[in-house]
Amino acid sequence: MMGPFLALIRRDLRIAHRQGGALATALGFYLVIVATLPLGLGPDLNLLSRIAPGVLWVALLLSSLLAADRMFNDDYEDGSLEVIALGPLPLELVAFGKAIAHWLSVGLPLVLLAPLLALLLNMDGRAYVPLMLTLLAGTPAVSFLAGIGAALTLGMRKGGLLVPLLILPLYVPILIFGVSAIDAVVTGPGSFTAPFSILCALTLASAVLTPLATAAALRLNLS
Amino acid sequence: MLSFATLANPSFFMRLTDRVLPWLAGVWILLLAAGLYMSFFVAPADYQQGETVRIMFIHVPFAWLAMFCYMIIAVSSIGSLIWRHPLADVSAKAAAPIGAAFTLLALVTGSLWGKPMWGAYWVWDARLTSVLVLFFLYLGLIALWESIEDPSRAGRAAAILAIVGVVNIPIIKFSVDWWNTLHQPASVMRAGGPTIHPTILWPLLVMAVAFSLMFLWLHLKAMRAEILRRRVETMMMTRVSSAVALKAAE
Repeated sequence: MMGPFLALIRRDLRIAHRQGGALATALGFYLVIVATLPLGLGPDLNLLSRIAPGVLWVALLLSSLLAADRMFNDDYEDGSLEVIALGPLPLELVAFGKAIAHWLSVGLPLVLLAPLLALLLNMDGRAYVPLMLTLLAGTPAVSFLAGIGAALTLGMRKGGLLVPLLILPLYVPILIFGVSAIDAVVTGPGSFTAPFSILCALTLASAVLTPLATAAALRLNLS
Repeated sequence: MLSFATLANPSFFMRLTDRVLPWLAGVWILLLAAGLYMSFFVAPADYQQGETVRIMFIHVPFAWLAMFCYMIIAVSSIGSLIWRHPLADVSAKAAAPIGAAFTLLALVTGSLWGKPMWGAYWVWDARLTSVLVLFFLYLGLIALWESIEDPSRAGRAAAILAIVGVVNIPIIKFSVDWWNTLHQPASVMRAGGPTIHPTILWPLLVMAVAFSLMFLWLHLKAMRAEILRRRVETMMMTRVSSAVALKAAE
């Protein structure tokens, strides 16, 4: 079981690496949103520094959604998704592996870009470590949930527009616990560990539960 | 013996609802009239909130139905995923726009009440925020129904989304409560609820029952409309295909 699973992830990463389009678009989108915001809010560094963690989180959610609807679509269009579905791997594990690959190829680079963008927003120095920790802990859940949206809209012409409407409301808990863990460190009161532990719990729970929904949606759209 | 299986037969469902619906409509209209009379003339104006307190008599039933309707969708979705039952499908589809409408009405009446009370149409209170997210979940369901043409496919896709949503609703509710207590200490909290006086409780109960029956009526009506729409569609399809067959024969 491990062999085909790892092969699937390796294959997806190789495709993402060689095409490169999705990642570059997501990173560019992230940069542009964060850079446009001060133009709208004014260059007040105090304000920007106060809202920086929230802005970085929200912009990251939007950017990772941008690439989400491609998670299954390319494979669906060239038929390889059907081949994968016929293979030895249960669809639940395919969904799990695809989400992991999405996180490694898009989520993780976005997380690594975040501290650079934080410089643009004059983020408080104490916020860097919690920002990175919460992003690392929370973004896998972002990819897992995006998988459901991608699988539900598979093969749809306007799927890319539908995914944010379906999935963004489900991101509310991740966003809240991610930002409140950072706020607890920077402005207090409250502890970092409580929201951070809940964030980790959300990621673990979504790792177990979302593949079931994603696989059900894939089965529906492949039938 | 009236079993679930007979009830689930679409033609039987059509015949039954045809007979029940007029009675149901009569009951909810009478109850609503009584409830409206009670809430305007029997219930006293609150000494703090004045006449605006009367908004509660419609706001509370709307909010209750907003949540109840999502539960109907979730139960129907489970029914349609497990038993692949066409009526469960129809029920889930018919309930979504009605639930969205009640959720929107709850939000609108809530903010109309909030303007004199809080001085703003919208505050990011935990309750308001979680109802807003519920509204987004409804919109997502409707959008998914609209974008898949084949009804049985759309039904199963929407059922998966509805079940994902129902698992998430408690988590969203919990997280929004957490977020609210962190950002806004007690300022927005309702003044500690005094025990409800019967002159307020009775109109509220009557209105709640009236609107629940109205919801049931709307839901059954919408299910009938959906069943008829599907029948018309099938008829059109057979007519077109037989016309094509005739053309080919000539």
